[in-house]
Amino acid sequence: MQQPKRWARLKNWETLMFIILCVVVVGNLRLSEHYLDLNNLANIFHLSIEKSLVVLIMAFVIINGEIDLSVASVMGLAATVLAERYEAGWPIAAGFAMALVVGLVCGLLNGLFAAYMGIPSLIVTLAGSIGYRGVARILLEDNSVGDFPNWFTSLGQDGLIGPFPATIFVFLALFILGFVILQYSVFGRYVYAIGNNRAAAEYAGINAKQVKLTIFMASGLIAALAGAFYAARLGNVRANAAEGFELDIITIVLLGGVSIFGGTGTMIGVGLSLLVVLNLRNGMSLSNVDGNTQTSVIGILLILSVLVPNLFQLLQRLLPRVFSTISGFTNKGGAPEPKSQVSIHQ
Amino acid sequence: MNKIRRWVPLQRLREFSLVIILIIVVLIFGNQIDNYYTPRTFNRISSTVALITLVAVGQTLVVLTRNVDLSVGSVVGFTAYYVGRYVSKNEDISPVMLAALAMSIGAGMGLINGLLVAYGRIPAIVVTLGTMAIYRGVLVEYSDSKSVATRQLPDWIKELPQESILKYGEYELRALPAIALVAAIIFFFLLLYTSFGRRLYAIGSSPEAANLAGIRAPRMVTLAFTLCGAMAGLGGMLYLARFGTITVDAARGMELQVVAAVVVGGVNILGGSGTVLGAMLGAILIGTIEQSLIRMNINEFWKDALLGLCIIIAVSVDRILINQLTPWWSRTELQRMPEEHHAAA
Repeated sequence: MQQPKRWARLKNWETLMFIILCVVVVGNLRLSEHYLDLNNLANIFHLSIEKSLVVLIMAFVIINGEIDLSVASVMGLAATVLAERYEAGWPIAAGFAMALVVGLVCGLLNGLFAAYMGIPSLIVTLAGSIGYRGVARILLEDNSVGDFPNWFTSLGQDGLIGPFPATIFVFLALFILGFVILQYSVFGRYVYAIGNNRAAAEYAGINAKQVKLTIFMASGLIAALAGAFYAARLGNVRANAAEGFELDIITIVLLGGVSIFGGTGTMIGVGLSLLVVLNLRNGMSLSNVDGNTQTSVIGILLILSVLVPNLFQLLQRLLPRVFSTISGFTNKGGAPEPKSQVSIHQ
Repeated sequence: MNKIRRWVPLQRLREFSLVIILIIVVLIFGNQIDNYYTPRTFNRISSTVALITLVAVGQTLVVLTRNVDLSVGSVVGFTAYYVGRYVSKNEDISPVMLAALAMSIGAGMGLINGLLVAYGRIPAIVVTLGTMAIYRGVLVEYSDSKSVATRQLPDWIKELPQESILKYGEYELRALPAIALVAAIIFFFLLLYTSFGRRLYAIGSSPEAANLAGIRAPRMVTLAFTLCGAMAGLGGMLYLARFGTITVDAARGMELQVVAAVVVGGVNILGGSGTVLGAMLGAILIGTIEQSLIRMNINEFWKDALLGLCIIIAVSVDRILINQLTPWWSRTELQRMPEEHHAAA
């Protein structure tokens, strides 16, 4: 894989995403006349703001060649900690800080086991997703905590400028920050380098373990922030908060052109695919499609997002051969033999 | 000592240590819970273990080839529902036919996973995360959000969990654990002594070497996924027999327990090593912890947290211990050689 080729592919991918986005938007416009209402536009983002936040850091995690399945549980745990501390009489700001600390600790644990002990992150975060959810269950058991002070719920529910609540602006700020860090900072280049070839990156003097640990901790922190926002938006917390969110989050990242093997993908692509998925869900909601069916559609999208590029590659490889047979060339050293690739883990 | 090292492979040692951990866990629970050592406890634990074992055995095949199947929970849920609906309409279907139906539905779902992974060249985690949602969605659409109730089922399936195959005093081996045990034994020998099994190990150890050796990896991987789906399908039927009432949420989250059992049982998530015996021991450990915690009443909510902790401890201890032990364990091979030369001379 040479550098220019990959950039060409990425550009293609982003254009493709943009076209799909246009199709979805046009489809939604035809579906409902209320689609362009300012309230609906705010809703598109508002109802999935927590997922969108975590998508940003998940892009870092996957480009770095790891995966974090525990984000949904960290979100739930953070929301639970906030609610439990509030019930115990703490001011909500202190509970919020506590939730962020807990998220950071979860990320630290993930990072220590995955980066420093060398256990595959799939297993570490799978265990984490069970364990952190379990801690949330211990804290809240079967109870539901609500009655947060007004200022806190209005943070997540009421519009700050027009119908757009404050959380959306937090997301925008983080998106720009994430974009700059990933595309234009040394750290961002490290993330790509490690994801592309960890051994090479380490020989080049990059402290891969440290970078991975930082990313896992950031992942925990942002997931906790998203969990707190979730509590603010719903005004009510149960131990199963945010259950199953990881599917949407990972789908959006992979659909954005990020390779699950790491090393490729851009923030712009992820942003576009975020818009595609959110608009798609919104369109399905407008036409009264059941939530579980929506999730199935997301699942199909997830598989297609990897299958389609694979088919493209296959075509690219086959086409020169077809041409060469037609023009009568014997293909010696022309198109490379397809490298047999057994499904690689992760 | 050298003799032990020579005759006991590292894998056996791992399984042996799992047995010791299991005994310790049982002793701790026995200390904490009154009337723990009773046939009733044994039966409850063994039914839970049976379900996890069945699905974990199939999962082992998939994990051996460097893949993972996260859709098993949805497959178990769907087959449990479908079979329940089917048997409530056709009450006279024979048990064997019903099991065949359940297994073929599961196999079909596993085949889809396998084809996408092996021929579509999509990472297993992406495929099965997707199909986990898709199969669950299919179940919701198919069921119209209605559930299967116990009273709709024919008597034989309701009585299946109480059926005892072997009896020793008050202790009995009931039908569900017996089925799981038979499946585990079949797959144990399948993996260790057939060319299919050895090929799965070869693919997991080194895909390139397997390819050079002429193993058609895509075909084997597809087969592994299909078998995994079939076992999950059979698990679905037993799930129906055990719980009777099946909602659209049936077996949600079961994939976590199953993957946990496989990993705790010492099957390497990076492929190429591990045995069905280990996966079964992992399932027994997890089932025992789960059911015993439920017995302790107050701490039911601790179940998930402890399960997560259990996995991470098992994996890290394994990583440290095996990393430390491997050189020491195999060094004797080298050391022994001069001794034998000496003896020969």
